[in-house]
Amino acid sequence: MHPAFSVIFFTTLSGMGYGLWVLMGSQILLSDSANPQKNLSGLLLGFLLVAIGLSSSTLHLGKPLRAWRAFSQWRTSWLSREGVLAVICFIPALILITQNYLDHDYINKNILAVALSLLSIATVICTAMIYASLKPIPAWQHAYVVPIYLLFACLAGGALGISIICIPSGSLSEYPVFAILLLASLLGVLKKRYWKDIDTLSLPSRASALGLKPDQIANVFERPHTEANYLTTEMGFVLARKHSRKLRAVALLLFSWLPIVFCIAALIVPQAFRGYLMLLTALSAYAGSMVERWLFFAEAKHAVMQYY
Amino acid sequence: MTMLPPPSKKKLGLVIDLDTCVGCHACAVACKEWNAGGIAAPLTDENPYGADPHGVWFNRVHSYTIDALNEQPETTLHFPRSCLHCEQAPCVTVCPTGASYKRAEDGIVLVDEDKCIGCKLCSWACPYGAREYSQVEGVMKKCTLCVDRIYNEHIPEESRKPACVQACPTKARHFGDLGDEESDIFKLVKDRGGVELMPELGYQPVNRYLPQRERRTGQKQKDVKEEILEAEKLPPMLRWLDRVLSR
Repeated sequence: MHPAFSVIFFTTLSGMGYGLWVLMGSQILLSDSANPQKNLSGLLLGFLLVAIGLSSSTLHLGKPLRAWRAFSQWRTSWLSREGVLAVICFIPALILITQNYLDHDYINKNILAVALSLLSIATVICTAMIYASLKPIPAWQHAYVVPIYLLFACLAGGALGISIICIPSGSLSEYPVFAILLLASLLGVLKKRYWKDIDTLSLPSRASALGLKPDQIANVFERPHTEANYLTTEMGFVLARKHSRKLRAVALLLFSWLPIVFCIAALIVPQAFRGYLMLLTALSAYAGSMVERWLFFAEAKHAVMQYY
Repeated sequence: MTMLPPPSKKKLGLVIDLDTCVGCHACAVACKEWNAGGIAAPLTDENPYGADPHGVWFNRVHSYTIDALNEQPETTLHFPRSCLHCEQAPCVTVCPTGASYKRAEDGIVLVDEDKCIGCKLCSWACPYGAREYSQVEGVMKKCTLCVDRIYNEHIPEESRKPACVQACPTKARHFGDLGDEESDIFKLVKDRGGVELMPELGYQPVNRYLPQRERRTGQKQKDVKEEILEAEKLPPMLRWLDRVLSR
């Protein structure tokens, strides 16, 4: 599949924003009194990331001005559900941000924090389901697609949130760092397993695509068109498979190995450096998620290519 | 509305005979011609007369060779590929805007181009490559089963069928109601063992393809005995002739 940069940007950046909101929600719920100013910064940065991510998703549309119509078909379409949830998710975030500037809380902060975290998770699940629901692309039907999207969001966003709480000064227990360490390790394991699995996945056979008997072998004798068409450029992307080994190694290093190293270091070094190491973790994980997301699209094979 | 309607009794569709199709592309050209001015118009080409033409077609004719198998010789297979108007059309349900829809009355799958945002998700959901995006209009395009011909009372009755069907010089394309067990097209599918494409995906395409007929494999060579001419027994004149001609 053709990897459109606007879509890669959208899924990774909004994912990180939602992950940040999940962390800020938990932070408000568990230790609200700690530092309201930090919570506000986290919520605002999350808002920025989500907003930029969502608006970049409209860049690949043929008719971006009609994007509002995408909120209507939530009963069947995961893309529509994602849009609706993305909008609903802004509500608790905006109320939490606004209440920071008011003299007292009109709505219970804990309820808003729980809503923000759960809606953020639900939105990321919908983003992943847009892809995971497409049967002609077996690589996206893999059971790990949704968990991996969630893990990426929580890893990059979570590490970013911890760094906001800790920089320039602020204390946080080791448990969140342990959690990030666990996420990075789990993500490494799941993604390696996913890559191994998709290498052996098979598309529906050409015989089935042409309505032949299973043992009949068809060879392309003449294509319908001499030049490329929409299908061959959109679904027949081959560059990634040529370089997949190297790119997978780069991605794994960035989103799993380096974050693991940074997290271990963060647990050993004095508290003052913890925040900076978590910032490095977030940046590395985000860079890794860009490479991973590019591969996610570029390596996925579409059934229609059996005709070509 | 991208919710699929309850299955319609009427299921309009095409049946394509892979035994008689000669791969002339007349269906594809006729389709392009009609639809360039029809309800789904325009079907824009980018750089149409240049070195790298690129554009939207609803019908693409692939050609393959089928390897010899068992008693059957190698054959050529011409395969016109277009929208199959699936019963369980995923291109409809994935659409976020309601632009993509399946008609409740006859099962035709259409795009309302005024609602399409050009997200291309429907084309990703289709394993048959039926949908092509137009870079110029920024919306998705697809086969309409010539909905603007088949019900058109301003054209002669014999022309009220899809342009591809009307253009086919070998009558390899048939149009009708596949939901009606009494229809000619339904009987044709039954007689010839018409098949669905990629049935394992569960999209239940309405269109059917008629497989190539078994080829006659020719006379068996072992039945022909080798003739032996005993030259010594011939009269001298013929013996001389045999010698001369054998040189």
